[in-house]
Amino acid sequence: MVAADIPVGAYVNLGIGLPTLVADHLDPSRRVILHTENGMLGMGPAAQGDDIDYDLVNAGKVPVTETPGASYFHHADSFAIMRGGHLDVCILGALQVSAAGDLANWHTGEPDAIPAVGGAMDLAIGAKGVYVMMNLFDKGGRSKMVGECTYPLTGLRCVNRVYTEYAVFIFDAEGVHVRETFGMSIDDLRDRTGLDLDPVPDSYAGR
Amino acid sequence: MVLIVADADSAVECIQDGATVLIGGFGTAGQPRELIDAVRRSAVRNLTVVSNNAGSGDTGLAALLAAGQVRKIVCSFPRQADSWVFDDLYRRGEIELELVPQGNLAERMRAAGAGIGAFFSPTGVGTLLAKGKELRRIDGRDYVLEYPIRGDIALVKAFRGDKVGNLVYRKTARNFGPVMATAANTTIVQVSEIVEAGMIDPETVVTPGIYVDRLVEVTPEANGADR
Repeated sequence: MVAADIPVGAYVNLGIGLPTLVADHLDPSRRVILHTENGMLGMGPAAQGDDIDYDLVNAGKVPVTETPGASYFHHADSFAIMRGGHLDVCILGALQVSAAGDLANWHTGEPDAIPAVGGAMDLAIGAKGVYVMMNLFDKGGRSKMVGECTYPLTGLRCVNRVYTEYAVFIFDAEGVHVRETFGMSIDDLRDRTGLDLDPVPDSYAGR
Repeated sequence: MVLIVADADSAVECIQDGATVLIGGFGTAGQPRELIDAVRRSAVRNLTVVSNNAGSGDTGLAALLAAGQVRKIVCSFPRQADSWVFDDLYRRGEIELELVPQGNLAERMRAAGAGIGAFFSPTGVGTLLAKGKELRRIDGRDYVLEYPIRGDIALVKAFRGDKVGNLVYRKTARNFGPVMATAANTTIVQVSEIVEAGMIDPETVVTPGIYVDRLVEVTPEANGADR
């Protein structure tokens, strides 16, 4: 479903983790071009057997392949592609997303946790459309859609959409709206998230 | 002018205690393993290392950390499934960490190499990593002031070099190499093959030789992709 929502011909960056799965669901006829932060456009699927080359890896350091028309560039250029607003969409995982579209996805803030940010902050503020893929509830059953993030932030008001197993949320200047639901009513969602949710307004013109 | 040296140990003998060393690589892709091993053998100490990751497994950068030669690491993503050497040093307080968002890390070195005094970046605004840094609103958007990172030394792995120091890289092993090569007082490069000047098409040169100070050929096996 996330894959089907990506515009035809879009330049897309997939974050580490859950978003990587989107690559397996992209219809080749949609001609989506994948960017990887470590310096490549036109990234292909994971490499198998003799195609494995440890000089050709994705952001998660997993060996991948190149597609016809691929290109390589150095890190400063790769992040200029992100920061400069050249990517159409990035798809990220998240620990929490706030009703205002703040994203927390890099650090739990726990005392013995080793912080690691990678390219998350650059992606969050750089792509034209920032989509989050996550489970709506954490292992303790708490909503990951929250009024205010309690985990350290990755970016402020940067999220455009959140895809979860129960609903798709979209954001505009007014805040968060529900685009569609899967087996939960909007009332249930309000109840479980504690957020003042409404369906997408007719006036919505966001990404 | 580039100096072609006989082996990795001679290539790194100019590194002094307390140096700031930029080390290329994204994970092991592009990591100049032979040069790092030579630094470890040289026993220089008190280094500040700037690298995207903080080593994996027990080899390469991880081995340099384990040898106690690194005082501080500046990186974007130290934590990995197999970063136990760094994790242990960090938890014991035996290594200092400066965490920098990856794009700011690259751009700060690019700025150093390009003679830029500082720059305003939108990355990190409103987060812990911008704490205490100067903010500026420009055309309605907030930015954070970031300063250049300059190295005394850069250690870079490229694929092929010519006798005047021009370099080409291989696939995603290019990553930080071309940026770091510009940002250090002395740039030391290991390649699989050194060829005569003119053997690399000038249209395909990625790092022009002006940025390269010392060039060493290592066996393709040693320079090749490893895990």
